[in-house]
Amino acid sequence: MFLIDCPYCKESRDQNEFSPAGEAFIARPQSPEALSDEEWADYVFYRTNHKGDHWEQWVHTAGCRKYFLVKRSTISHEVIQVSTFGEINSENAS
Amino acid sequence: MQKKYSWYSLLKAGLSNQEWDKAIPLSKPKPKYDVIIIGGGGHGLATAYYLAKECGITNVAVVEKGYIGGGNTGRNTTIIRSNYLRDEASSLYEHSMRLWEGLSEDLNFNVMFSQRGVYNLGHTLQDMRDIERRVNANVLNGVDAVVVDHKEIKEQIPIINTSKNVRYPIMGASFQARGGVARHDGVAWGFARAASNLGVDIIQNCEVIDIEVEEGRVKGVKTTQGDILADQIGCVSAGHSSVIARMAGLRLPVESHPLQAFVSEAMKPILHTVVMSNAVHGYVSQSDKGDLVIGAGIDGYNSYAQRGSAKIVEHCAAAILELFPIFSRVRMNRQWGGIVDVCPDACPVISPTKVEGLYFNCGWGTGGFKATPGSGNVFAHTIAQDKQHDLAVPFHIDRFTTGALIDEHGAAGVAH
Repeated sequence: MFLIDCPYCKESRDQNEFSPAGEAFIARPQSPEALSDEEWADYVFYRTNHKGDHWEQWVHTAGCRKYFLVKRSTISHEVIQVSTFGEINSENAS
Repeated sequence: MQKKYSWYSLLKAGLSNQEWDKAIPLSKPKPKYDVIIIGGGGHGLATAYYLAKECGITNVAVVEKGYIGGGNTGRNTTIIRSNYLRDEASSLYEHSMRLWEGLSEDLNFNVMFSQRGVYNLGHTLQDMRDIERRVNANVLNGVDAVVVDHKEIKEQIPIINTSKNVRYPIMGASFQARGGVARHDGVAWGFARAASNLGVDIIQNCEVIDIEVEEGRVKGVKTTQGDILADQIGCVSAGHSSVIARMAGLRLPVESHPLQAFVSEAMKPILHTVVMSNAVHGYVSQSDKGDLVIGAGIDGYNSYAQRGSAKIVEHCAAAILELFPIFSRVRMNRQWGGIVDVCPDACPVISPTKVEGLYFNCGWGTGGFKATPGSGNVFAHTIAQDKQHDLAVPFHIDRFTTGALIDEHGAAGVAH
């Protein structure tokens, strides 16, 4: 159990208020028809499943109900950084 | 070679106050093996055992970063059943069930397999329709299964609450009489002892740091105890499968989540069977020692931390109390988590990979324990023949590309 700072509510709230929504920065392909089956499978099913600092999406289900980004350690559960979608993307994420 | 365990050896040792030999010798890695198995859990040890016993490959090492029985093998709730919906899955789990039925004799180690039956409860009309469909599929596949109504459940389990005045009243259940439980870490020790008797090296405290690949073929592994060469490598590292896969430049369609369980203090016998409920999400049995063994669902977020959130424990305890109000004053003794690698279709991957000589057996998610002998058996044949065992064919990793998924969500009872 851990606390998450909601970047919209600007409050540190219990993780129970939030729901995880998967790995971050998986963009829907621009032209799905042009993809091979392997590329499509990679988009739909394959995941990085990183051990360590992991960028992921969360939604404040019992709060503002907005989606945002969280960088969290999958080893210690420590929340390192939170961000709205506009600020951080796959290019500038560290 | 270890002495055979028998009533005679027990009597002799008891009368003469003799020290027992260590069940598993401590091995150091040799420079080269035919096959290396990464991960010394139940599935990895079973793979090594069947490689040696059925495939004639004895130059095998199992490398384990911790100790035998210290990972998910010693962290699950020990439930064994084979009542899966899909033909592919039920054939694989039934293969495993048949191996369980002769396992103690085969390994010369008492794994305390107890076929005390497994109830999967239904709480809604749709639950009951799903249960009937699954039971019919089971019967057609030669898996024993019956539908029972709430009266029969009450007769068999007098302490269960079948009142209609609860949020999710029990309407009926599927029942597999051959299902049950086994001593989970005993299974790891039994396979380890039997495998090492056949010449397999079990190397504990040996973490794989890297996999060496040359021209698309595996050469060996780098470990904390030095480099080891191998012709073939089988990865059976459960929650850490993605980590191992990355060493060989591969990605997997799995994500790692914590799965929690807890046990109560030991009590006199009160629950003689296994009760699982998908709808309220909890499962419970009573171990031979007397403690209630209770399991929950996974936490939704990725984690390698072997612990989960209190929310899941609370939800599970509430479910168990609704089924068994008599447990309301039972005190809990221990709580823990294991890291399970969950596949999108709730079925495992037993497959070769793009790297020649590298095989993966992963993605068992929340229900791997019941499959331990069967998983090891088909994976051993897959490695030995460099060709998937017939029962493993549907579980090729390519199914995520072709779309031939084996959807066992819900129908399998999700709660494993």
